[in-house]
Amino acid sequence: MVTKTTATATGQKKARNERIRRLLIHAGLVAFGVVMLYPLLWMLSSSFKPTEEIFRDPSLIPSTFMPGNYTEGWTALQHPFHHYLLNSAIVVAGAIIGNLLGCSMAAYAFARLEFFGKKLFFAIMLMTIMLPIHVVIVPQYILFAKLDWINTFYPLIVPKLLATDGFFVFLMVQFIRGLPRDLDEAARIDGCGHVRIFLQVILPLSMPALATTAIFTFIWTWNDFFSQLIFLTDPNMYTVPVALRTFVDSTSQTSWGPLFAMSIVALGPVFGFFLAGQRYLVRGIATTGIK
Amino acid sequence: MSALLQRRPVTSGSPPSAAPATPPQPKPRRWAPRKLRETLTAYGFLLPWFIGLFCITLGPILASLYFSFTDYSLIGEPSWVGLDNYRRILDDERLHTSMKVTFIYVFVSVPLQLALALALALVLDRGVRGLSIYRSVYYLPSLLGGSVAIAILWRQIFGANGLINQILGFFGIQGEGWVSHPDYALGTLVVLNVWTFGAPMVIFLAGLRQIPTMYYEAAAVDGAGPVRRFFTITIPLLTPIIFFNLVLQMINAFQTFTQAFIVSGGTGGPSDSTLFYTLYLYQKGFGAFDMGYASAMAWLLLMIIGGFTAVNFIASKYWVFYGD
Repeated sequence: MVTKTTATATGQKKARNERIRRLLIHAGLVAFGVVMLYPLLWMLSSSFKPTEEIFRDPSLIPSTFMPGNYTEGWTALQHPFHHYLLNSAIVVAGAIIGNLLGCSMAAYAFARLEFFGKKLFFAIMLMTIMLPIHVVIVPQYILFAKLDWINTFYPLIVPKLLATDGFFVFLMVQFIRGLPRDLDEAARIDGCGHVRIFLQVILPLSMPALATTAIFTFIWTWNDFFSQLIFLTDPNMYTVPVALRTFVDSTSQTSWGPLFAMSIVALGPVFGFFLAGQRYLVRGIATTGIK
Repeated sequence: MSALLQRRPVTSGSPPSAAPATPPQPKPRRWAPRKLRETLTAYGFLLPWFIGLFCITLGPILASLYFSFTDYSLIGEPSWVGLDNYRRILDDERLHTSMKVTFIYVFVSVPLQLALALALALVLDRGVRGLSIYRSVYYLPSLLGGSVAIAILWRQIFGANGLINQILGFFGIQGEGWVSHPDYALGTLVVLNVWTFGAPMVIFLAGLRQIPTMYYEAAAVDGAGPVRRFFTITIPLLTPIIFFNLVLQMINAFQTFTQAFIVSGGTGGPSDSTLFYTLYLYQKGFGAFDMGYASAMAWLLLMIIGGFTAVNFIASKYWVFYGD
């Protein structure tokens, strides 16, 4: 950085020290990243190892490459693994559509309309974000049992349609508030009602917030274990996390290879969405502080 | 950051008095019908949310208060037993263990996680090249950490012949079976929670970006060294973010379930050392179908989390700096 003409001996030394300092920081950050990711990489490599090697070899390279773990794991449970993947996909798709519809409607009202009780309802909405699901799960279960919804996907999808994920309502309220009101005004002068303003002005402009919502809903619903464990007890309806759980419970030390292989399959879609949607994820957490 | 600042007063219980109780003086007649129409439109948009609030959120909270005074096993009708469930809570040794386990977990893992998150955010904020790559790599575990697959991985890593002991073996150390040892099992879950420091780190990074550089320049001109700048500029201006992360991560930690369930095979073992409150609640509600007792436990959890959040908010008045 220091040009030759102005560089004194001390200046050069300073620049060199600075370079070394930067290099050390990078070395530290890379080393830390490797330690952080090592378990994940090791799990990936172990999913191709013979099982007894998983309990002997901490290295990342399998001595023999065994894709057979995947075929064995795929058929190890009562149903082939794609059955559980499909169930998870249905739940996730329903949850995403539900959150996009329910939360954006509520968010439009909070962000753009004046109405009686707005502050109170908004405060209640924020408090529901903090509400642990464990507090409501017992009566919810009783309610869904009365509706005969246990072992269906309704308990996992319908609440999303009813905008019970306050996080996303809040995220979209914040986003819509940031959109210029002139656009609404212009549309109103052109004779648009609120429904058309919502559908044709606000929603198209809210794509980034909708994308963030969709990606987070995907990852959280895909990973969610607690409610799926409770509402789905019939193996036919099992989603990936619940299926993996029965796998691990039935596994002796001999089939960790296949178990790891299916765990990798379970993590794959999350990783894919993470790669595709990093921008939205980082913006999402930065603006609302969701996990 | 604006989100944070807006959020605080509202969550601390904004009074409903803000609704227009007294109509404004000028032209109330023209104003009222328009207001009414807009209110109706708004309620239309909020209809799904209202149904959700009353059927899925508020209704169940009140229902579980009722069930907590009954004996109910899903079969037949709930029978009123008064305060019996709450008396049982006082005598239930396993429940006390589960509270102890949960408190230790929350109060050890959350500070460690936040300290690591803050430290790395500070390093990354100093104009490191490749910031977005580091940020992504460190953030990844936060997305995966709550999944069953990672819990399975943890069970292997900290097992008797697991990855950790294989590596320790290189140095000639014979490790324990960490997940099956009552003294260490909870520790492995603390490590798992610390491993997911990426999400608070991203929030810290966003917060650090908001601190105007001119503060640092001015302080440097006045002769303040890096340490002093850190403690008199960075930390005070970051306290709202620290507070926000603290509240959020504490609430998250209180709700930990999946990891303990998978690592212990649903038992909370060895010797109840990973019997998290939520896990015990699950055992009571959905193992024994003791819905009355589980409801009482749910209310106790609500009180505990509400209490800690309230304490956090009250204490925040003394250490969180909101500018001006």
